[in-house]
Amino acid sequence: MRTGRSRVRGLAALIAAGSLVVSGCGGGDIEDSAAPEGGADCGDFDMAINPWVGYEASAHVVGYVAATELGCNVEYKSLKEEVAWQGFGSGEVDVVIENWGHEDLKQTYIEEQGTAQDAGPNGNMGVIGWYVPPWMAEEYPDITDWQNLNKYADLFVTSESGGKGQLLDGDPSFVTNDEALVANLGLNFTVVYAGSEPALIQAFRSAEENRTPLLGYFYDPQWFLSEVPLVKVDLPPYTDGCDADPAAVACDYPQYILDKIVATDFAESGSPAYDLVEAFEWTNEDQNIVARYIAEDGMDPEDAAQKWVEDNPDIVQGWLD
Amino acid sequence: MTTVAERPAASAAPEPPPAPGQPKPEPVRRTGLVLAAILGIWVLGWLFLQGSATLPLGRATLTDFQAKLNDLRDAFDAARDGNFFLEYVVGGISDGLEAFVVGAQDLLSQAAFPRPVPEIGWLGVVAIGAWIAYALAGLRSTILVGASLVSFGVLGYWSESIDLLIVTFTAVLIAVAIGIPLGIAMARSRVVTAVVTPILDVMQTMPSFVYLLPLVLLFSIGPSAAVMATLIYALPPVVRITAHGLRTVAASTIEATTSMGSTKAQLLRKVQLPMAKRTIIVGVNQTMMAALSIATIAALIDGPGLGEPVIEALQTLDIGAAFVSGLAIVIMAIMLDRTTTAASQRAEAERRSARYDPRRRRIGLVGGSVLAAVCVYLSRSYLWAADPSNLPDLGRPLAEAAGAATDWFTDTFSGVTGAIKDGFTYGLLNPFQSLLADSPWWLVAAVLLAVAFVLGGWRPAASTAVCLAVILAVGLWQDSMVTLTMTLVATVLVMALAVVFGVWMGRSKGADTALRPLLDAGQTIPPFVYLVPALALFGTSRFTAIVAAIVYAGPAAIKLVADGIRGVSPTTVEAAESAGSSTLQVITKVQLPMARSALVLASNQGLLYVLSMVVIGGLVGGGALGYTVVSGFSQAQLFGKGLAAGIAIVALGIMLDRITQHTAARQGRR
Repeated sequence: MRTGRSRVRGLAALIAAGSLVVSGCGGGDIEDSAAPEGGADCGDFDMAINPWVGYEASAHVVGYVAATELGCNVEYKSLKEEVAWQGFGSGEVDVVIENWGHEDLKQTYIEEQGTAQDAGPNGNMGVIGWYVPPWMAEEYPDITDWQNLNKYADLFVTSESGGKGQLLDGDPSFVTNDEALVANLGLNFTVVYAGSEPALIQAFRSAEENRTPLLGYFYDPQWFLSEVPLVKVDLPPYTDGCDADPAAVACDYPQYILDKIVATDFAESGSPAYDLVEAFEWTNEDQNIVARYIAEDGMDPEDAAQKWVEDNPDIVQGWLD
Repeated sequence: MTTVAERPAASAAPEPPPAPGQPKPEPVRRTGLVLAAILGIWVLGWLFLQGSATLPLGRATLTDFQAKLNDLRDAFDAARDGNFFLEYVVGGISDGLEAFVVGAQDLLSQAAFPRPVPEIGWLGVVAIGAWIAYALAGLRSTILVGASLVSFGVLGYWSESIDLLIVTFTAVLIAVAIGIPLGIAMARSRVVTAVVTPILDVMQTMPSFVYLLPLVLLFSIGPSAAVMATLIYALPPVVRITAHGLRTVAASTIEATTSMGSTKAQLLRKVQLPMAKRTIIVGVNQTMMAALSIATIAALIDGPGLGEPVIEALQTLDIGAAFVSGLAIVIMAIMLDRTTTAASQRAEAERRSARYDPRRRRIGLVGGSVLAAVCVYLSRSYLWAADPSNLPDLGRPLAEAAGAATDWFTDTFSGVTGAIKDGFTYGLLNPFQSLLADSPWWLVAAVLLAVAFVLGGWRPAASTAVCLAVILAVGLWQDSMVTLTMTLVATVLVMALAVVFGVWMGRSKGADTALRPLLDAGQTIPPFVYLVPALALFGTSRFTAIVAAIVYAGPAAIKLVADGIRGVSPTTVEAAESAGSSTLQVITKVQLPMARSALVLASNQGLLYVLSMVVIGGLVGGGALGYTVVSGFSQAQLFGKGLAAGIAIVALGIMLDRITQHTAARQGRR
């Protein structure tokens, strides 16, 4: 439905120029910056930035390579996942570089609308599960087996959990079957909703610092795991289809093969950026390094991406060939 | 969500309608007795029926109604391609807005390709801002605006700050263009008032998380959707306050004018608008503050501005960076608030001042514009005047200091605060929540209706009935009761703080001067900034959600109570003092009773402000409706449920507002 970004840009420039004329200032001695090198055929490359650090790491590495090697004009747009998917159809988003499952969105935008398509896995594996802080795994080694959780339920009682053990769920963006899991596994726990990723991270951080008990929903890759290496609790292993009926789930979460989703228009545009996106693949370790630069060393995402790209020329070259 | 000015007339409420011929108010004592009897019946019912008919709903379960809302969204999403209205009308508006914002960004804040810097650099922008402040408000505002703008560069958030100013001004301009005519129409016609008021109520109480996604469907990602989101939340104050200002122009003045043969248009232009000018500017001021408070949320749909660094800092729990970007928002709010206030007072002050010399002012304006033009020229010609990174960097050291201070504070006190949280939750919050959320729904509904009737009469009881029916219909009864519990508890705490600090500020000028900037900061700093320290102190819990609500709602209530105390006639206070009353007696027997209407207004505003924090509370463990709204925003299949939760929040807000408004009206008549 957009009438094209270029028209909006043109109108904007006109307004800016017009206001300048009105304000009566010619000026303009600051030299115009040189046009970016490289092929001019890349053009605009709109990358959604979903709100977590690992995503930011992947996106900026791809963006950095696209800008420096392909001469793309990369635009980063901070968007929640659903908003980003909506943007495929209107041409405002070209790429979601790290997608966690989202079968419902795939159904809508890939199957039904056809505005998006799958560009293959990005090499990262997503793990979702229940975790305890490391001090607990040391002190109670058998706690990492779900069958022992009831034994320790009393430890996890909080003011929020109504006398039962507390299982802290977190970011509302993630799919959770935890209420069903707790019921179907017969656990004497109740799910408490922390409500956001910062709330979860802060809870685990305090739990490790003050050696207080905590059982919570968490996931990998996530930069926080390199600060506090949380320990995963083993639930009954995942088998194909064991989560088919959400109300009857009694097994662990599946491993997510994180993939790249692109706008159909972008895929068919012949942009070299699309080839880069399609070829892009790296490991959880790679992502964690860049995420750590951003989250713990306080580096600007663009600088962090540059540092990693310069340290790993071979991997980058592999994406470009 | 935000107000800095002392008079938050931005209530989600109609004017209290003290209709003549209502039943005569009963004496106070009987009201107390009746309320106690209701409570007794309630507790009895709770004891026997606890846990039955509480209407809970699993997290991932959707009612038919909520699933229908999902279908509606899908149908809309599928239909937007090729729809004439959406493509050309809405699309046109969207393109126009985006062009305007992007044009202003190229001019003032973002590198205007192919230039490496904006058309006008920081020095030019500071000079223009200062000149505008001089022209509109006066010398003090000029200094304030100049210093604030420079501080954005020094803090390291120049372009984000100017972006936020652009979005805010765009939204406020549209709000004024729509709001003032609408306010005039409301002041003239009861029918318009009756139609528009509930719409304004919904706009102000519906959590913005609920309409962000639909807005993006309509106006696409980026500045235009951000402007629209801002507009929805920021429009109501200017409409309400304009209408209020026009209505309060003295009837005798209007009579005098019409008896001299003025037409309606003349009356409006020559008498009503000029006389209501100050009030209308207060409305614009409130609209600006409301617009700023949406900044962080607009960042979730790629809205340009200071919200983005706040959100980014939150992802890495970087308290220091969140603090500095939040500080920039506070500075901007104070700058805009003080300048618009000064602008509204200027004309009057000038007329009264004997020293006022129009020629001197004209010279100042012309000289200022020459100076500003020189600065603009410099900022276009020299990099030092264009690129704000040439300014000294205070942001980084400040962020580090703020981070270290917060770490120290949370490490030192988290034991104590944890104990406070536990004591409070086990002792008060859990039992009260059980009473509301574990009683059968019909019992709680009957209790609420009875309370509404006893306190305010049949009108609020009727509103309560409608609101409760809505809550039942959207299928979120138990969650709504949990949220209601937190809202009421937080409001009680807010009022306790308001009485203590309000009395102190009302009685002591020094306390007022010292506390006011802190209150302003509490009201304008984005809650996202203090969520992490609050989590470190109190853990993820409903109590943390309550604390966040108090930080935000407390200041408004404190200011209102302080105003009320100050408004008590000094001669009455002196008389009581000379009759030998102690300070405590003066406060409890004279000042507080005489400021009763201010207290009721403060609790009304306190309730609504607390309710506007429900969603934020959901991010830190508040659960219930707030969490449901956030998850509806985050997961496509829960959209309908989130919208339903938004509707439930609106219903709770209107119910609480009507009950307190009508109670206040009764109190006033006593």
